[in-house]
Amino acid sequence: MYKTKKECVAMLLAGGQGSRLYALTHDMAKPAVPYGGKYRIIDFPLSNCVNSGIDTVGVLTQYQPLVLHDYIGNGQPWDLDKLNGGVHCLPPYQTALGAEWYKGTANAIYQNIAFVDRYDPEYVIILSGDHIYKMDYNEMLEFHKKKNADATIAVLDVSLEEASRFGIMTADENGFITEFEEKPKQPKSTLASMGIYIFTWKKLKQYLIDNENDENASKDFGKNIIPDMLANKEVMVAYPFDGYWKDVGTLDSLWEANMDLLNPNIPIDLYDPEWKMYSQNPVMPPQYIGSDAVIENSMVTDGCVINGTVDFSVIYEGVTIEAGATVTDSIIMPGSVIKSGAIVEYAIVGENCVVGSGAQIGARPETVENRDDWGIAVIGHNITISENAKVLPKQIISENM
Amino acid sequence: MSSNRNILGLIFSNMHDSTIPDLTKERTMGSVLFGGRYRLIDFPLSNMVNSGIDEVGVITKSNYQSLLDHLGSGREWDLSRKIGGLHLLPPFSHVQSGMYRGRLEALYGVWDFIKTSPADYVVLSDCDVVASIDFAKVVEAHIETGADITAVYAKDVLSSEQAQHATVFGINDDGRVVDVLLNPHISGACNLSLNMFVLSKEFLKNIVLEAASKSLYSFEQAILQGRTHEYKIMAYRHDGFFSKITSMESFYKANMSLLNTENRSKLFLENRPIYTKVRDNPPAKFGIGACVKNSLIGDGCIIEGTVENCVLFRGVKVGKGAVVKNAILMQDTNIGSKCDINYVITDKNVKISDMRLLTGSQNYPLYLGKGAVI
Repeated sequence: MYKTKKECVAMLLAGGQGSRLYALTHDMAKPAVPYGGKYRIIDFPLSNCVNSGIDTVGVLTQYQPLVLHDYIGNGQPWDLDKLNGGVHCLPPYQTALGAEWYKGTANAIYQNIAFVDRYDPEYVIILSGDHIYKMDYNEMLEFHKKKNADATIAVLDVSLEEASRFGIMTADENGFITEFEEKPKQPKSTLASMGIYIFTWKKLKQYLIDNENDENASKDFGKNIIPDMLANKEVMVAYPFDGYWKDVGTLDSLWEANMDLLNPNIPIDLYDPEWKMYSQNPVMPPQYIGSDAVIENSMVTDGCVINGTVDFSVIYEGVTIEAGATVTDSIIMPGSVIKSGAIVEYAIVGENCVVGSGAQIGARPETVENRDDWGIAVIGHNITISENAKVLPKQIISENM
Repeated sequence: MSSNRNILGLIFSNMHDSTIPDLTKERTMGSVLFGGRYRLIDFPLSNMVNSGIDEVGVITKSNYQSLLDHLGSGREWDLSRKIGGLHLLPPFSHVQSGMYRGRLEALYGVWDFIKTSPADYVVLSDCDVVASIDFAKVVEAHIETGADITAVYAKDVLSSEQAQHATVFGINDDGRVVDVLLNPHISGACNLSLNMFVLSKEFLKNIVLEAASKSLYSFEQAILQGRTHEYKIMAYRHDGFFSKITSMESFYKANMSLLNTENRSKLFLENRPIYTKVRDNPPAKFGIGACVKNSLIGDGCIIEGTVENCVLFRGVKVGKGAVVKNAILMQDTNIGSKCDINYVITDKNVKISDMRLLTGSQNYPLYLGKGAVI
């Protein structure tokens, strides 16, 4: 079949389990986890692609793909239902040589070389479905071209304490990367990799093939491809990014990233018409705020019915908060019901949960004697919390209670 | 809902435009904004889709740019179909179609379209009634009673002013329409036509072709009234919630009726969703100092003031210290800080600067036209 040549194809790594989100990723891959009231994490890289003019995206799925595949559908919400290009879900498949899971990030791309080659691109951008940020990939691509680079890695300047959690680049004054270390104990720099790579496809393809043929390799970008390219003195540059970027890989960071939306001093603006974030919109009536409701400092979306008190919270579609219920500093995911008299504080409540009347979920940090005992309380998806039950801070509930 | 290829839906988008001239100045009745995120055509269109009808023609007349923009390919109603789907039918689209004077002429003008549909039954609907109605059941009743025409009605109590834009039925004990009053000078309890009809395609063909040869154009006058006793016209009662929009006042009341939880539960049924165009707004944001009571709020609103008894459409902004009560603010209205707004309807993109005071009254809400800057 004839395919139009594309300058740049995006490959989005969305197969990770996200095990540190515990109950929230029990039945769905991390990129499908709800975020920001009406989005899922994957809406951010997908919307960034579309807003950057990249209209061909392969989404590599593996772990619990049902919700994710269903969500992406034919790509229409992101304008990615295209005759040429568009979004394609790429789960592992069987070949004449047998069937293999994706063994690492590099292997996942390796197994889909044929997909990329159909578009005969000059460049490939590798993205992950774990991060919340707004970024113009086209600017990064221009940078890559201007520098005549073989690989360009987007980097964020982080604090020295944080640096050991990331892949850290050392770059010279012209931005050329001289050293790369994955999660170093003693970081030599504070330029952290954001997991966004642009490669000149011809180069990358060769490295992927060589890496695949190396039996001892772990088939991973951070562990193999980047160090191998550096060792061979390929032209690799760091692309500095100074906007908002958050890895939502843990329960705390997911909660924080939602709360960031309510903080006017944090630069993640979803209301910018120039850089819209697209998502599958629910078919629900507008939200209704009742006569007894008290609501401030919060985001609420379609289909919600709010009769209780809501403060510093993000409420997703179709949530009911009954009169006399209080939700503060929390995120309530789609379709959940908070019954009257329930108190939800510093908590994440998953999709389609019922929190019985008088139940107490989480607590304010100042009420806990030993600060180490405090943390966000989490309720997984489809869980019923019975009347007057108590969920302690830091507790993760994955079964009815 | 399984697909029902045996029913064709036809929607008249411009009937009743003249009853609310302010709102239809730059749009059709079908594209009048309603209920915080909808346009009136969303209700008949969603009703048809929810009844399994997957081929729908929309008969327009004039001012239809906003309607075309809203409907697009019909995708949001799941009507972007290879088989069936949404068909826009403007005047002058066929050889015999011109600027029509009434329903019969309009149907004659698009007869070539109707003819090619495989359906045996046709559902006709206007856009002036907001309700959730299962047309599959109306068609079922139509077949069961062996009617020539089935007309949907509701029990209502009309003021003399409302009655002037109404079709009222006299119905006998067998449920047959025996008397038809058009725009009568009456008031009180009556059987109000909801302007939705079911006919077999064959029967529709006979009356449309006959009417064309006799230069008859009004379905109500020539058929319902003129042939009341000749044709078997059966009445189908709608019991649920409905709002019929006949004036700016009733438009206001119809919007406000959605603040009632029971009304919403009868209009927005879980298994019969009301579809509309997606705008990709972020969630509504309630700022520090926001105070919102008894209101419907669309996505993308940013509220920093007080909002009570209001319907806010998508993308409305209410500034700090502003007090907005009993108002309908359509898409992207911007209310400045410390404004005092009461009984006001703003059309799309109205901008009200800081510290303004605007007051209408309950039976005569103050209307500000599209794009007005105060």
